[in-house]
Amino acid sequence: MSSEGSDVDFYYDDDDEMIVDDDEGSAISEDDMDGIDTYRDDYAAQPSSSKRKIYEVEFDTLPQEAVEGLIRKDVEYISSILGVETDAASLLLRHMNWNKEKLIERYMEDSAAQSAKAGIAPVEPPPAQIPPSSSRSSSSRSVKTSSAPKRVTRRTTAESALKAKALLTPEPSVEPESFLCPICCDDSQPKTLSLVCDHKFCADCWVHHLKNKIRVEGDYSIKCMASGCTLIATDSFVTSTLAEEPESVERYKELIVRSFVAANKALKFCPYPSCTYTVSCPNAATKSALTQMVPTVHCATESHKFCFGCPIESDHRPVICGVAKMWLKKCEDDSETANWIKSNTKECSKCQSTIEKNGGCNHMTCRKCKYEFCWVCMGPWSEHGTTWYSCNRFDEASGIEARDAQARSRASLERYLHYYNRWANHEQSAKLSADMYAKTEKKMEEMQITSNLSWIEVQFAKKAADELFKCRMTLKWTYAMAYYLQKDNEKEIFEANQSDLEQAVESLTELLESPIEAEDIPVLRQKMTDKTVYVQKRSEIMLEDTAKGFLENRWRWNVNVDGFEPATVLAD
Amino acid sequence: MAALPKRIIKETERLNKEAPDGITAEPHEDNLRYFDVTIKGPGGSPFEGGTFKLELFLPEDYPMAPPKVRFLTKIYHPNIDRLGRICLDILKDKWSPALQIRTVLLSIQALLSSPNPDDPLATDVAKHYKENEKEAIAQSQEWTRKYAVAG
Ligand SMILES: [Zn+2]
Ligand SMILES: [Zn+2]
Ligand SMILES: [Zn+2]
Ligand SMILES: [Zn+2]
Ligand SMILES: [Zn+2]
Ligand SMILES: [Zn+2]
Repeated sequence: MSSEGSDVDFYYDDDDEMIVDDDEGSAISEDDMDGIDTYRDDYAAQPSSSKRKIYEVEFDTLPQEAVEGLIRKDVEYISSILGVETDAASLLLRHMNWNKEKLIERYMEDSAAQSAKAGIAPVEPPPAQIPPSSSRSSSSRSVKTSSAPKRVTRRTTAESALKAKALLTPEPSVEPESFLCPICCDDSQPKTLSLVCDHKFCADCWVHHLKNKIRVEGDYSIKCMASGCTLIATDSFVTSTLAEEPESVERYKELIVRSFVAANKALKFCPYPSCTYTVSCPNAATKSALTQMVPTVHCATESHKFCFGCPIESDHRPVICGVAKMWLKKCEDDSETANWIKSNTKECSKCQSTIEKNGGCNHMTCRKCKYEFCWVCMGPWSEHGTTWYSCNRFDEASGIEARDAQARSRASLERYLHYYNRWANHEQSAKLSADMYAKTEKKMEEMQITSNLSWIEVQFAKKAADELFKCRMTLKWTYAMAYYLQKDNEKEIFEANQSDLEQAVESLTELLESPIEAEDIPVLRQKMTDKTVYVQKRSEIMLEDTAKGFLENRWRWNVNVDGFEPATVLAD
Repeated sequence: MAALPKRIIKETERLNKEAPDGITAEPHEDNLRYFDVTIKGPGGSPFEGGTFKLELFLPEDYPMAPPKVRFLTKIYHPNIDRLGRICLDILKDKWSPALQIRTVLLSIQALLSSPNPDDPLATDVAKHYKENEKEAIAQSQEWTRKYAVAG
């Protein structure tokens, strides 16, 4: 379900012939343009046998109906245990924030008080406590003898016959003589509705009231319109009253699902706008689990990636939630100082002319003097890449040597800026690369039309661009992690992996941004495919080793991190 | 403009015929959802002797949504802020469509009699009321004389 990247072998193993799972009998020839979407879907499909990686977490995606099913199960369970209508069970559960055990306990202690608090029965306590299975006196005032349950509940007839007496949703009544609705002051409305409190209002006013609460206020525990009345509209009352307003009913259901999901630590609602999927991830439901893994998940829409363990709405692997949060807080606090760093222009260190970064690659060439340098460290490019790539490192000796407070604080700021600079640069580069790719893609499309290349032959750049974006994000977060890692051998290994990945990423970026001519495509394709595979491998190593480190408790921090031993060597 | 709902017509009629003690509410001729309101400071309160002007507006959703009410006369009260906004539960989450303009205005009158510094809107006034009630009351009286006594 959750593995990404496992489709890589699948993708790159072969250059010409694509292996497509033939499960659905799809036999689409490569030049069948109409079949592209289908082809692409098959192509992207995860082999069901794909193994989870050590840095991946097991999770499941649930459409809204599935969560509604879970809710129904709980409601029916409570209904049978406490011997109440499902409508009552639903209100009781909502009132107890969906905690079944607590509800049963409290209800056994004082069912009348719980019913009143949950808005099922009027507040005045009934004269005597009545065993759960008999009909309740508190609703006797409003029992409609004629009514039978409107919705078929999943109970035996004997049971439901018993419960019918205590129906929570009276049938609409038609007033014999003219009825003046106290809300709209209209006396021409023949149909009135009320909850068991018997506060009658016209059906129209009820519809407006429910709609207003649901759509405008996002409320799903909707009180009776009578002032001071504490009764809450049951699910059946809401759905039957809003029978002509399906959108409001949908929203009502969603609000209930959201509250259920919010109360359940193993569930999380997809944070993407107007998405209604829920992700279930029991393995990441505890605080301690979050010190050992980064639960990156996505809903059924694969691009809806988010962290199950914290509010970050993207993949922040490899760094764990607590440290990622610390880093973001720090960046927020220091944003003033760091702002200028984010700026997109720098001066050439040789001729001082202003250079604007307009692609994702860090290999810069000054237009004026042709000096080649690294955007990140401003050092000459000749020292990078092939020999020794020092760009991800920061010499912390100056911090140790610093004697007076001023120098220390300057060193500490510099240390921060070093990591921040690289962090921000990867984010920026990822965005620029995406833009750059959009241009490339357009060009490829043109080429495909003018030359005799097949659609699949121009897809290699897409894979490269996707991989780059992912790796830039990973790299970005490795700098947040490195900032807080205590300087030791483990950190050195971490930084070596980081450096390898970074180098691979830069070189693939450069390739992706190089000019493309139709006749070069076969060569370019081979090169880019090879480099993409290599980047993929480096990224795998980075993520795997970091994840393993968390499981083996190998990482030591230079600050105190929740769930870890206190830091021994503090930074700053 | 949409026809005025029966409910608003009825309420306006009743406010006109049998206005509550010390309260007036008159709709604008050109906008029958907009009312000029006056409330007399209740006897025994620091606002006694003053006549406070308010504006009241019935939004499109009324009575599903509460009316919007605001003091126009300056008042030194812990539950009313500088802009005249009122912290009153029935104007927010405790609103019920069964409540009326009349009940709202009576509740505001009652709020003048019993300021509640524990649920403050004007935090500085509330603090004043909590730390030195006597002095705060004197201040309220002073403002009443200054701003709410017709001159
Ligand atoms: Zn009505
Ligand atoms: Zn009621
Ligand atoms: Zn989603
Ligand atoms: Zn997280
Ligand atoms: Zn230059
Ligand atoms: Zn560099």
